[in-house]
Amino acid sequence: MSVAKPLPHDAAHLHVTGQARYVDDMPLPANTLHLAFGLSTIARGRIIAMDLAAVRAAPGVVMVLTAQDLPFANDVSPSAHDEPLLATGEVHYVGQPLFAVVAESHLAARHAAPLGRIDYAEETPILTIDEAMAADSRFEDGPRIYAKGDARTAIAAAPHRIEGRFEIGGQEHFYLEGQAALALPQEGGDMVVQSSTQHPTEVQHKVAEALGVPMHAVRVEIRRMGGGFGGKESQGNALAVACAVAASRTGRPCKMRYDRDDDMVITGKRHDFRIDYTVGFDDQGRVLGVEFMHYARCGWAQDLSLPVADRAMLHADNAYLLDHARIESHRLKTNTQSATAFRGFGGPQGMVGIERVMDHVAHHLGRDPLEVRRVNYYAEATPVSDRARGLSAPPVELRSTPPEDIAGKKKQTTPYGMEVEDFILHAMTDKLAQSGEYHRRRQAVADWNAANPVLKRGLALTPVKFGISFTLTHLNQAGALVHVYQDGSIHLNHGGTEMGQGLFQKVAQVAAARFGLDVSAVKITATDTGKVPNTSATAASSGSDLNGMAVKAACDTIRDRMAEHLAQLHQCAPAGVRFAEGEVCAGEARYSFAEAAQMAYAARVSLSATGFYATPKVEWDRIKGHGRPFFYFAYGVALTEVVIDTLTGENRILRADLLHDAGASLNPALDIGQIEGGYVQGAGWLTMEELVWDKAGRLRTHAPSTYKIPAISDRPAVFNVALWDGDNREDTIYRSKAVGEPPLMLGISALMALSDAIAACGPAYPALDAPATPERILAAVNRVRDGI
Amino acid sequence: MDISFLLNGDSVVLRDISPTTTALDWLRETRGLTATKEGCNEGDCGACTVMVTDPDGTSRALNACILFLPQLDGRALRTVEGITGPDGALHPVQQAMIEHHGSQCGFCTPGFIAAMAVSHVNGETDHDTALAGNLCRCTGYAPIIRAAKAAEDAPVPDWMTSDRSFFLPEISAGGSSNQGFDEGGGKPPVGDTLQPRSTDALAIAYLANPEATLVAGATDVGLWVTKQMRDLGQVIFLNRCEDLNRITQDEDALSIGAGVTIARLIPLMDGAHPSFAAMLRRYGSAQVRAAATIGGNIANGSPIGDGPPALIALGATLHLRQGDTRRSMALEDFFLDYGKQDRRPGEFVESVTIPRQPDRLRCYKLSKRFDQDISAVCGCFNITVENGRVSAARIAFGGMAGTPKRAAAVEAALTGQPWDEATVTKAMQAFAQDYSPLSDMRASARYRLETAANMLRRYYLEDQGQRVAIMEVQP
Repeated sequence: MSVAKPLPHDAAHLHVTGQARYVDDMPLPANTLHLAFGLSTIARGRIIAMDLAAVRAAPGVVMVLTAQDLPFANDVSPSAHDEPLLATGEVHYVGQPLFAVVAESHLAARHAAPLGRIDYAEETPILTIDEAMAADSRFEDGPRIYAKGDARTAIAAAPHRIEGRFEIGGQEHFYLEGQAALALPQEGGDMVVQSSTQHPTEVQHKVAEALGVPMHAVRVEIRRMGGGFGGKESQGNALAVACAVAASRTGRPCKMRYDRDDDMVITGKRHDFRIDYTVGFDDQGRVLGVEFMHYARCGWAQDLSLPVADRAMLHADNAYLLDHARIESHRLKTNTQSATAFRGFGGPQGMVGIERVMDHVAHHLGRDPLEVRRVNYYAEATPVSDRARGLSAPPVELRSTPPEDIAGKKKQTTPYGMEVEDFILHAMTDKLAQSGEYHRRRQAVADWNAANPVLKRGLALTPVKFGISFTLTHLNQAGALVHVYQDGSIHLNHGGTEMGQGLFQKVAQVAAARFGLDVSAVKITATDTGKVPNTSATAASSGSDLNGMAVKAACDTIRDRMAEHLAQLHQCAPAGVRFAEGEVCAGEARYSFAEAAQMAYAARVSLSATGFYATPKVEWDRIKGHGRPFFYFAYGVALTEVVIDTLTGENRILRADLLHDAGASLNPALDIGQIEGGYVQGAGWLTMEELVWDKAGRLRTHAPSTYKIPAISDRPAVFNVALWDGDNREDTIYRSKAVGEPPLMLGISALMALSDAIAACGPAYPALDAPATPERILAAVNRVRDGI
Repeated sequence: MDISFLLNGDSVVLRDISPTTTALDWLRETRGLTATKEGCNEGDCGACTVMVTDPDGTSRALNACILFLPQLDGRALRTVEGITGPDGALHPVQQAMIEHHGSQCGFCTPGFIAAMAVSHVNGETDHDTALAGNLCRCTGYAPIIRAAKAAEDAPVPDWMTSDRSFFLPEISAGGSSNQGFDEGGGKPPVGDTLQPRSTDALAIAYLANPEATLVAGATDVGLWVTKQMRDLGQVIFLNRCEDLNRITQDEDALSIGAGVTIARLIPLMDGAHPSFAAMLRRYGSAQVRAAATIGGNIANGSPIGDGPPALIALGATLHLRQGDTRRSMALEDFFLDYGKQDRRPGEFVESVTIPRQPDRLRCYKLSKRFDQDISAVCGCFNITVENGRVSAARIAFGGMAGTPKRAAAVEAALTGQPWDEATVTKAMQAFAQDYSPLSDMRASARYRLETAANMLRRYYLEDQGQRVAIMEVQP
């Protein structure tokens, strides 16, 4: 069967030979025009006058578009209609598009764009969390509050109580392929758009509104992106809409791609957060009550900030049973880029908040942080033994005993009231602690630190429990379109997009398996709003869960029709017709799949079908913060060892051991790729990747020369990655689990290992903020030494 | 101007090209060869990496986004389209990248393939160093390293060896545009793009055109064009001044021509001053080091270049030339102020000499990322100890002032003193007299000052045999 095989990425051969086409690689019609935005140079104010004469006069410029030139909707927001494509008078951040240059070449457009002379009436920008709180500058009418039990009373009654503040930086996506779109005008005012987007339906929707046409007049296509990570969920709208409007105005194809610096200045990033916490706990470190204050810097427009901040709240428990918890979340409006989706979608910020609390509690008690984590874990789920595949139960000797007062007696719930039924982190933690020799290495680190005054090592093992489903419940749906041709070859299409994660290959493996074929029989095709409509963004790790199921449904429809036909022919039951190993067997008859397809065609049986899937069980109230937002949880554990230099704060990850739960993996090779890559991206977020804005609100780190994502030597020198061997307890596609986002949070172990190393320098708690740059590490070393 | 080069094995002649057209734009937009990608357009991500082979058979990985077409004149360029064999046969690094799942989104992949193919043809197996300039946001790099290792022993495909010995017809000069106008007292042209074939010709050309922009590796000037969108005016390309690339050694000194690339400097320093060599391995990336020259690194005058602090600590002498007039100075005297060097109109850096000396140099480069990052602080210490006392100290820093600058007060606090903890602690106080650094996106002033002083302690502790290098800690 083609599922569960470690096949290469479907485009691997095209990637390595350079034949894989991205939007910028499409051969262009000869008369194509190119766009660039003129950007605001102030963070907040009003435009008094725009003198664009020099822009219009620049060589190669064909047209300049301002807000007044837009015939219909001037809006590229995915949510609140608060994001004009081109500024309408108000300026909200440095880098906001004010006008669009349409020129004969990309370079001509770029050269002309800075020539605009803009007069502003400047106002004092709101840039920081403190400024936004002082000005009550926020989205929604006030903070959201999710609560369980009575945290304040529990904290007050607890034997120990600590509080702290944790600043967590944002993160630039740094997809290697920048944003790009190409609009090709069609007859009768129709528009075809090639867009590097995770959300073609959204692009279709926004383009249709901008052109004043129904959605049926716009078709959006995307074969692949050169990375997305959430940064192409909404941030591609502006380019696609600008190109479509310009193409509509000129009747010529229009293309736009951001230069890297423009991309980083214009587009949103991961939300930076401040998390204040107060926690009460017992001598073992069990959390008796905890209060979190989340402050999220959302930037100038709402974009996806509300569900991002919600998801942060929904991960404030991570792997820990909290009987008394209160989470208050402020979504702050600032004059900076509109923060947007980024792998984990708020989950990482919420999760690193409670991990910081665990680290702090352990330090306060002088206990091993892993012990403190373990004592707070949710109780292990009782293993499911009757799985058809028989893979789910871990070896008995590795399983820990769940805390007695919980196991089997009452339901354990999250702070938002969802029952945790599938918890497997006790067994996973046991296995990783054993394979990664946690206890031996903890002693070795202590010995080493005692002998080395300048360099210090640190070690941390942290868990991940990540909720899978869109929290906007109606998005949990997907469609597919499958054709079987009369030669037995298969055309596969679904609503998911390919950004490198291997979704297309995993879904093709599903399709091939349904027909009992090799994956080479399946042609993967570009995502196309004309083939599958009303798609959700490929986001929330949901791609293979949703589209795999939809494709399965479509394939099964065709398969059942073929089976019925052959069953009739051979006087057997349709259920007895078998599709396996490239053959179709009905009774005594055996046909190649191609013969069976030809026979069905000749008998006038339809060989084309759509498929549809809607995730069951999910239902919740995001205002009350109560219910079941997630179909299930995905789990992981990571053990990281680091070394720091106490003279400079320089640091290295020496070793990482990861164990991650992808359920019954559809493709172990692709899943391991997501885990390795997610870890390094998560560690990058929390260590070296630093976004710096100056006092005028200008992003100073707007290119890879100043914004540093991990390079090749930053990967752990020893990097052991394994998949947990177990089925999803819920009925997902072949019992697999979503794997896109959860591994990013394995990188939290790197931050906690740095904290551990710093703690070896003296008595005080490191209180290490993120990103833990050398400068922050050195400052923490000094604090710890001075005992402050 | 006119140029000729090999493109994927075929000879190409281009006439009347704009001198600042980048190889990347030309490949993608004029030739439709879209395997080579634009990731950052500033030489920092490696997505546009191509393989360039010199007439002597040396192959290098270069960033095509900041490579001007005239820099290719007389060379062989190979892109991923040409690394793939005729009839689509895969190069061993391509095969290994498929087998080891080395691509996810695939956008950085052609750049990796080009860089890996260069390592492969050169027998280079230090993949961390060779691939530090290729960013990947998807894989976490582990499968790429596995692929690079797996391909090490595969034979070099025959289509890759044709670039090692090639012949290109000389482009007819088309009047006076390019060549040796120095011979026979020829007058240099004015206002044209020039590509002199000798240092003498360069001297004449620059004297006649003192406003011209000199372009060697274009790793900085390239960004003036791609990011600042500046018109460079007249350009003089130095890449065909073969005699600017000379390295000569005698018992007193090592003389390095201004056109010597950082990549060529590294093996020279490996023997004489290995700490300098180690720092130079972190200078930019392989792609940048293969283009950037030591002359450019000095003449540019950047306060955060990594070459000058080490050279100043070694007591290097700078040699300038203006027409037939030459003068020399201590390197530190060249840097007058931020953006201001002691260089006269039409005068250029011809070479730098390093006096021979016992190795006491340690170079400490501090940045957010270990590889391919601009220094927040770059401290270079050359402290001689005789009979337990400091007999000489030369200390210079980058990132601490508007220029690369010596730490005169620290040197004074050390010189003549016993080489011990007390002296070091006292001398650390003197950094505040020498430097008032800035705060910027790389580091705060306070951090810079603190770590600069701590680097002296590190030097001392290292000298005492203590473990101070995180890179030497094994998992």
